Amino acid sequence: MDLTIAPNPFFWNAEFVRSFYAGLAEAPVARVVLGELVCSKRLPFWQDEIPQAIAALQAAGKEVALTSLALITLKRERKLTADLLGLGLPVEVNDLSALHHIPEGIPFWVGPLVNVYNEGTLRWLARRGAKRICLPPELPMASVAVLAGVAQAEGVALEVWGHGRLPLAISGRCYHARLHERAKDSCQFVCDQDPDGRDVDTLEGQSFLAVNGVQTLSQAYACMADHAARLQQMGISALRLQPQSTGFDAICADYAQLLAGDMTSGALISRLSAAHPDMPFCDGFGHDGAGANWRGKAVLV
Amino acid sequence: MQEARENIAIPKILTAPMHVLPLWPVSIAFSQLARKLLRAHPNILNRIDKYQDCGFDLDITDLPFILRLHPVRADLRAFRRNAAPDADARISGSLAAFLAMLHGVEDGDSLYFSGALQIEGDTSAVLALRNALDDAELDLSTEIANAIPLLAPPLRLALAPLEKLTGLHLHRADTTPEVY
Amino acid sequence: MELVCPAGTPAALRAAVDAGAHCIYCGFADETNARNFPGLNFSRTELTEAVGYAHARGAKVLVAINTFPTAGREALWHSAVADAERAGADAVILADLGLLAYAAEHHPDLRRHLSVQAAAANPDAINFYATAFDVRRVVLPRVLSVEEITAINREIDVETEVFVFGGLCVMAEGRCSLSSYATGRSPNMNGVCSPPEHVDYATEGNDSVARLGGFTIHRTPKGGAAPYPTLCKGCFTSGDKTGHVFEDAVSLDASALVPRLAQAGVTALKIEGRQRSKAYVAQIVRAFRAVTDALDARRAPPALALARLSEGQAATTGAYAKTWR
Repeated sequence: MDLTIAPNPFFWNAEFVRSFYAGLAEAPVARVVLGELVCSKRLPFWQDEIPQAIAALQAAGKEVALTSLALITLKRERKLTADLLGLGLPVEVNDLSALHHIPEGIPFWVGPLVNVYNEGTLRWLARRGAKRICLPPELPMASVAVLAGVAQAEGVALEVWGHGRLPLAISGRCYHARLHERAKDSCQFVCDQDPDGRDVDTLEGQSFLAVNGVQTLSQAYACMADHAARLQQMGISALRLQPQSTGFDAICADYAQLLAGDMTSGALISRLSAAHPDMPFCDGFGHDGAGANWRGKAVLV
Repeated sequence: MQEARENIAIPKILTAPMHVLPLWPVSIAFSQLARKLLRAHPNILNRIDKYQDCGFDLDITDLPFILRLHPVRADLRAFRRNAAPDADARISGSLAAFLAMLHGVEDGDSLYFSGALQIEGDTSAVLALRNALDDAELDLSTEIANAIPLLAPPLRLALAPLEKLTGLHLHRADTTPEVY
Repeated sequence: MELVCPAGTPAALRAAVDAGAHCIYCGFADETNARNFPGLNFSRTELTEAVGYAHARGAKVLVAINTFPTAGREALWHSAVADAERAGADAVILADLGLLAYAAEHHPDLRRHLSVQAAAANPDAINFYATAFDVRRVVLPRVLSVEEITAINREIDVETEVFVFGGLCVMAEGRCSLSSYATGRSPNMNGVCSPPEHVDYATEGNDSVARLGGFTIHRTPKGGAAPYPTLCKGCFTSGDKTGHVFEDAVSLDASALVPRLAQAGVTALKIEGRQRSKAYVAQIVRAFRAVTDALDARRAPPALALARLSEGQAATTGAYAKTWR
């Protein structure tokens, strides 16, 4: 089992993107998915960083793929998706409409925002050319186990969400703009103020969700360290880690040690908690319960 | 259309004696009704499914007692308020709201959104009961006439004037279920 | 213009037919459909009878099998498709790729509609489903404006169906795990959003509190209208802002937009609400049938006064107006 880095879902400025991917080139991860996942309006601000990030990552021996947007509606977004194919890198489909642009027989990857819940869907995608699929985070472990078997038979590498705020929903409406009492079309890019999303708490102060433009994430950071060994036994081929603005190098290094058997999950979690004392964690989907639960318990504050 | 959330209440002169009279005759009469009704509409229990063994408090706020429905036992007993053991779920509202929902005049969700009906406890059980009763298309006046045949002729005569007088939906307006 | 109406029970289906529905959609009483609520939906026998009732009166019946089959238990969904065909359903409404492929292969003569749960939000997605699985109609997600719907219809050859009334998802349907994050049960897997068994109502001081999976979704003054704790309609705090971060407690009412939707090339209008009572279904269907009849007769549609039936008793035209975003 190795590590895949998810596309960064947040709006970071060009310099930050540059230093992030330069750092990642040094990290013990096998592959990186790059590109704008959440909002096409952000792309002009950082797209010039993409070519050099790809070059640096490939020079460091990493596999690189480009993600589609999570929700494609506008004409220019459709064109953007069609154009992804001509770049010579695998495309990670995170909106099924991207498949319309991928000719039969051309290999592609499938991201966690595509609904792969069962054998029928996995087989269909595999026969259409899917080589690597990251399962939706809410999938119960029993389903993961069944799909791991099918994936091996079909020659598909299967990934499971390993770390980071869970992508829970995508919408036509921009919640960042709404919180700033702006329309989506005149958002003035306020999502750049929150490099890890903007926290949304309940009226009683329970930490709950985070908004990131049109995306809604969990406020807790998923940490599947306790489940890694079991996933490895099932035949899952990679854990997926989602970029975050602080401490990501250490996170990559720790998960790599975990997978190599050089660090226990307990040690990883202790180090993570020490480095991020205010960060809530969750792994409930790994216990087939509410996703917000952590290590088998509800963590309502 | 008569709105169930208007303040239609049973006159106190009718309910006052019930505060002092014993409740067991009420329990017997209501349970007879429930038994006959559930036998005539077996699909109600099918739809309530795994919530058959739940206790539902029907708190009709203008009555001086609450009714406890236990579907699987076909039990509909009266309890003094605050003297009833805990139920799994509780639906409260005016008689007008209950009757309007039961007779398909008003939508249960709309009554709930407007605050005319309140629910507590096991929401799933309440939904199962609500959906089961909605599908059964009950007409309470017909059910009473069927359960207690003695009451059928006077009920038939009194229904229209009584509805006019009280503003309550005492029978179904949308369909006319047959008397079985 | 075809009116597609909800039925959670056989009684509601008959009420919808009698009120003038051209088409009724319903589901089996299990997790194969996205309104898997207690006491709701149809047995195999009930569906067969319901199809008979509808067909005798010139109405069609569509069966929603629109959750995502569970790995290892696909047979339940496969038999739902077979049973819908056997009952005489006019079409099945599907969302899952694998199930679409299965239905296209094993039940080629059974008409396939693409559920809103598949969230096909652009012509490429729709053309993909049309080409791959011969889908004949697409229920459009509620994230699109009227202008976008017009543009989509120009680029596709399949029929489109849009929601005009009822509950409103603010998230792209079929792509939301908020419910399972709080409760472990989701629309995609279990056919329920904000499931009732995880709802807790409590009275605390002078407040009524509604919680879902322990998370507080609403806190309202006691005695006031208590909204059902649907996650995305909740009241939350973010920084210095407190309010309905995602969506107010409103529901969709696009009745005034029906003429524009017709111009946009839409084939069918869909009413949400399989979980609502037959009283609700009958009233809404009657009101919308007056709108479609007026449209067919080239008269101005009557204004509807349906707010009373809406959640929160307030309505929005949702994403159909671009400003909603």
